[in-house]
Amino acid sequence: MADEPNVHQPKTDIAPGYTFGTVTDQIASVVLTRRTPFFWYAAFGAGLVLLLLFLLAVGVLFVKGTGIWGLRTPVMWGFAITNFVWWIGIGHAGTLISAILLLLNQRWRNSINRFAEAMTLFAVACAGMFPVLHLGRPWLAYWLFPYPNTMGVQPNFRSPLVWDVFAVSTYATVSLMFWFVGLMPDLATLRDRTHNRLARFAYGILAMGWRGSARHWSVYETATLLLAGLATPLVLSVHTVVSFDFTIAIVPGWHTTFLPPYFVAGAIYSGFAMVLALAIPLRSIYGLQGLITDRHLDNSAKVMLATGLIVAYAYILETFSAWYGGNTYEQAMVWHRMTGPYAVSYWSLMLCNILAPQALWFKRVRSKPVFLFISAIVVLVGMWLERYVIIVSSLAQDFLPSSWSIFQATRWDWATYIGTIGLFLFLFFLFIRLLPMISIFEVRTLLPSAKVEEEAES
Amino acid sequence: MNESENQLSLASVRARLQSAGGREYWRNLEELASTPAFQDLVEREFPRQAIGWAEDEDGVEGRRNFLKLMGASLALAGLTACTRQPTEHIMPYVRQPEELIPGRPLFYATATTLNGVAQGVLAESHEGRPTKIEGNPEHPSTLGACDIFSQASVLELYDPDRAQAVTFQGEIRGWNNFIGALLEMLAGQKTKNGAGIRILTETVTSPTLADQIRAIQKLYPAAKWHQWEPAGPHSARAAALQTFGQPVNTYYNLEHANVVVSLDSDFLASGAGSLRYARQFSKRRRVTESGAPMNRLYVVEPMPTPTGAKADHRLPLRAGDIEEFAWAVAVNLHVGAGPRQSDNGDINRWSGSVADDLLHNKGASLVIAGECQPPIVHALAHVINDFLGNVGKTVFYTDPIEANPVDQVASLQDLAKDLDSGAVDLLLVLGGNPVFNAPVELGMRDRIQKATLRAHLSQYENETSAVCQWLLPETHYLETWGDARAFDGTVTIQQPLIQPLYGGRSACQILQTLTGSPDASPYQIVKGYWGAQHKGADFEAWWRRAVHDGVVESTALPTKTWSIHGEAISEKLRRKKMAGKMEVIFRPDPTIYDGRFSNSGWLQELPKPITKLTWDNAAIISPGDAHRLGVESGSMLELTYQGRKLRAPVWVQPGHVDQAVTLHLGYGRTRAGRAGTGVGFNPYGLRTASALWQDLGMEVHKISGSYAFASTQMDHVLDAGRHIIHKGDIADYRKNPASVHEGAEAPPRALTMYPEFPYPGYAWGMAIDLNSCTGCSACVIACQAENNIAVVGKDQVRRGRAMHWIRIDTYYNGQPNDPAIYNQPVPCMQCEDAPCELVCPVQATTHSAEGLNDMVYNRCVGTRYCSNNCPYKVRRFNFYLYSDYETPSLKLLHNPDVTVRSRGVMEKCTYCVQRINSAKIDAEKQNRKVADGEIQTACQATCPTEAIIFGNINDPNSRVSKMKAEERNYALLAELNTRPRTTYLATLRNPNPEFEG
Repeated sequence: MADEPNVHQPKTDIAPGYTFGTVTDQIASVVLTRRTPFFWYAAFGAGLVLLLLFLLAVGVLFVKGTGIWGLRTPVMWGFAITNFVWWIGIGHAGTLISAILLLLNQRWRNSINRFAEAMTLFAVACAGMFPVLHLGRPWLAYWLFPYPNTMGVQPNFRSPLVWDVFAVSTYATVSLMFWFVGLMPDLATLRDRTHNRLARFAYGILAMGWRGSARHWSVYETATLLLAGLATPLVLSVHTVVSFDFTIAIVPGWHTTFLPPYFVAGAIYSGFAMVLALAIPLRSIYGLQGLITDRHLDNSAKVMLATGLIVAYAYILETFSAWYGGNTYEQAMVWHRMTGPYAVSYWSLMLCNILAPQALWFKRVRSKPVFLFISAIVVLVGMWLERYVIIVSSLAQDFLPSSWSIFQATRWDWATYIGTIGLFLFLFFLFIRLLPMISIFEVRTLLPSAKVEEEAES
Repeated sequence: MNESENQLSLASVRARLQSAGGREYWRNLEELASTPAFQDLVEREFPRQAIGWAEDEDGVEGRRNFLKLMGASLALAGLTACTRQPTEHIMPYVRQPEELIPGRPLFYATATTLNGVAQGVLAESHEGRPTKIEGNPEHPSTLGACDIFSQASVLELYDPDRAQAVTFQGEIRGWNNFIGALLEMLAGQKTKNGAGIRILTETVTSPTLADQIRAIQKLYPAAKWHQWEPAGPHSARAAALQTFGQPVNTYYNLEHANVVVSLDSDFLASGAGSLRYARQFSKRRRVTESGAPMNRLYVVEPMPTPTGAKADHRLPLRAGDIEEFAWAVAVNLHVGAGPRQSDNGDINRWSGSVADDLLHNKGASLVIAGECQPPIVHALAHVINDFLGNVGKTVFYTDPIEANPVDQVASLQDLAKDLDSGAVDLLLVLGGNPVFNAPVELGMRDRIQKATLRAHLSQYENETSAVCQWLLPETHYLETWGDARAFDGTVTIQQPLIQPLYGGRSACQILQTLTGSPDASPYQIVKGYWGAQHKGADFEAWWRRAVHDGVVESTALPTKTWSIHGEAISEKLRRKKMAGKMEVIFRPDPTIYDGRFSNSGWLQELPKPITKLTWDNAAIISPGDAHRLGVESGSMLELTYQGRKLRAPVWVQPGHVDQAVTLHLGYGRTRAGRAGTGVGFNPYGLRTASALWQDLGMEVHKISGSYAFASTQMDHVLDAGRHIIHKGDIADYRKNPASVHEGAEAPPRALTMYPEFPYPGYAWGMAIDLNSCTGCSACVIACQAENNIAVVGKDQVRRGRAMHWIRIDTYYNGQPNDPAIYNQPVPCMQCEDAPCELVCPVQATTHSAEGLNDMVYNRCVGTRYCSNNCPYKVRRFNFYLYSDYETPSLKLLHNPDVTVRSRGVMEKCTYCVQRINSAKIDAEKQNRKVADGEIQTACQATCPTEAIIFGNINDPNSRVSKMKAEERNYALLAELNTRPRTTYLATLRNPNPEFEG
């Protein structure tokens, strides 16, 4: 496919009229010269406030214990694990965009991969906290790592939670490296353009001596390709391993083989929704419609539609296999989800994840950023509900009716969840302010003038 | 360190010492030590730092190493400094007490009392601290089992809310102040023959106490002794007078009863002899190979009880209609004259068949009248039992066990009258809480204050103490000497295990003050009484034996037969008209009884049998009435009875009779302590002397508002697809034993990826016979006491966080108005292929070499994954710091053999692994195997019906192996292939084939 890069691509991936200089100017000016818009202050401020709420919630959690959440005997996992799976899933779109689309030579990705990768990192940061926060004794979280110790005890490698530790930490490391390596040429650009000595110093340190020599570029290309190769299986493996937390258990509603692909599809689904939810306001605030074009939004919406259909198929399959399998507990579980105490959550997730996204079949909807933004938010809510329903409703009513009871979230559950959204916003807008949100040098390769040179070279 | 260099240095020092000949002495070691060479040697021999970084070494090397070491030390220090160890002082015994081996408990026989009646127990003492109560196998009423009240009594001992000082109008005084005031008062009474003295006690069976009161009455002939027990057997007393013309004590032997009819009697789970009855009853429920006939139980009752749940036929009847039922049976047996037809169709259908069944089992049947039923029902039961020839076979009569069996209502009314007339100068309230629990129209709160000098001897500062000037802290039975009679009259000498924690005194000591020896110790008093009673020379040996055994030999009262009075049942049936009103039913609460246990966290948090409510009482109504009134559980009702109103939340109970409201007494305390105050609502506010237990004529209105109950079980319905309770009829079982397992499937053993664990030594297992279990919940409290299980409070129970390691699940099958009720105790199943073990990321729950799922509290980080993956949901999580590490008295309570769990840690049943290990150590020391029955888990030891059997399943002859070999044996959720070590034996019913109902 790399042989015919232009078959499925229109002539340009970005709006016409850009030159190398204007691309660099426009992207770098967001960081260096332009007045910070009010929107940034509002969004960053909101993030900061919610982050403080998060710190309060975590402070209370550490002082008092997990009892502040609505957890109870059959439902030992609630919001924390729901949030963990949700955030990890959101991260997936970034990796997909930066790694898989790179390998597939989908060059339109160049103008959205930077902030998508940043989104991945911050989503993983949010996700990564929950496994620690939800522990009864979080100060002993390091016991999940296989480190040499005088107790002579190692983690239980049969437990999916230990696999999680490796999957998530690998994912976080590779994502960080990928993002940082990709940033280096742009950091050098900022270093060279800034007039602020402190900024020049900081960008200079971070650029690690990038001068843009041919040798640098050659090493850079190899490194990117290798990291993309590393990251690609992670897109599939991380959420597969996360889904093992459920499939390995014997809880009806968890113990199914189709959960891994279903989780991966769901992850990309929610990830692209988040990309849209971030890209649409950003491009209009910063006037980047020329770089993040309607085509980008259209493509993202198509990915959402496709993964959304996979997810819809999974829901149908789940119901079918429960019926066809003839297992009392599975059947009761599906029945309880549909009619029981979590019916509202279940049907709203169906509405959000299956019904609402069908609008994306229509070009008219896909071409209206406002509609896309709304449907992205709807999908994000739907995917959160999906994880909530899978985790909580399966646990609430499992084998022995005597133990059944209903999880009810407390305000601390909500504070922790909304707090991580704050952390995410805080980090993301810090990134917008301090680093180029669109990859300058990669967008420059999209320009027609770059193509000519490339062809001339070869 | 460089060896040669070291030797060199040593050599140089020696050389220096040798060269220092002549007068160059070194005067002492200090002088020698001051030489640089020696210091250098010392430095090398005993380095102050792990790595030498002295000046003479390579500076760079030393600094780097030092930094490395520093870094590592800091990191390690960071790791180890997470918990700060408090300073603690430990002390050895200077002189070791006789028989005491530190770390090994000692057991002492004593007795708890409820309504004055003794339950013989063994109290476990760890280094002088009583920590656990077990049944006394030699005592006739417990036979080694134990009820919830005895189990929880040890918590009461350490209750930090106990009265801790003598107070006069709230100010702390000394005992001497009180005795001074008392003697002053008594001096005044001498001239009046004690006409102003009133002693109010609870029911007294203690021979010593009775003797003391008699002595007081001799000294002060006009002094009066009143008794009041809110939940005492008032009707049985009255019925004995009505039937036999004199007070008579009745007890039963269910071992010989083929047919048992309970007229609203919860004889399996409450009442003086219930532990013994439950044991005897369950013996007749066991289906052995020999095919001994299973007994048949008919129960008519308004509110489902554990006894009703075990019934082969249960008929919900209003409490007031049970009289009609009893008449109908009597008429069918031709012992009573009355109408053959009743308005109530159920009674018509039932009475004939029940009467026939009783007739077929003459001399081997039994009719038991409930303690709350009116005297006429008791009288009818006496007459029917007499007619059937059951007396002397299943029913026994003796002289009363009470020291003074009076009509307590009349006794209290008499006191109220005297208080009104101002005749009472000295009122001694010994125990009890009459202000709270006396009939409401007596207004004891105001009346008691008419006495001049009021003193209340009580373990707690309660409602009655509040209106008495003197509050005298009473000793707990584990702190003092005493005695009491059991249901058949057997006397137990109560012996103390610990000095009174708060300097309390017993009732015996107070009474002794009245006869002039205020300083007599309880030991002297009790021993003195028995010394005077004893005929024979060897009193000391007799005394030691009596105290040791916990049973005084041949003190059981001889059985007698009395002829039944001609007018015993001459009174005619009075049918009351409903007139659109409901029946009010008062019953003692299943866990906090009449309110005396309301400050016991264990009993408050114990899910009440059947309703599974904790920390509350409720207006319990039937599903039909709930529908009619438009209410559901948690709605509020206003109850109006005889002009008095009470607001109470509704609890809808399947199996409850229509048109009646059951109210459990004991809640709504205003001065109970931190656990009991302000919990629930107070039905005593409606309870009058004329209707102590039930009456028609309550108006019920729905009012706005709602109430949050803390029930531990929300769903009770057995659905057809889940084979949780395996059950069947005895007739079908005899034809085809496999019929009880119909529909359930168990996968083949080979269906697992993992290799089998080998168990070369022991393999522990448990079998629970559902056919025996009554759901009395004694095992839950026994487990709580044994395993230091924390109390979490109502709010946490409501959030699904009760911590009990064993729970009793209750299921209903059939119509909501009259379902079959099944109880199932669920401890940890100790699965062979345990889902919990697989998923723990830190190996905090692992498989032991003997097949237990061990829980390593120290290793647990609290992911709670194990609980999610446990299909039985037997794991309990410390969401907060539930264990009380602070209260000093509660520290004494803990079983030292079991870890007290901290916050963030999962916990669960371990089959009492501490008991297993203790027995294994003993066996190993004696170079033998642990014998069958040597280890009893706490739940097993306390079970009155021996439903729980624990043992080594590697031994085919062990009791548990034999039970597991029975056809009825099944594993809960066997289809999951977890292969539980705890298995159940299916429950069987024995319905009457000719029964029309």
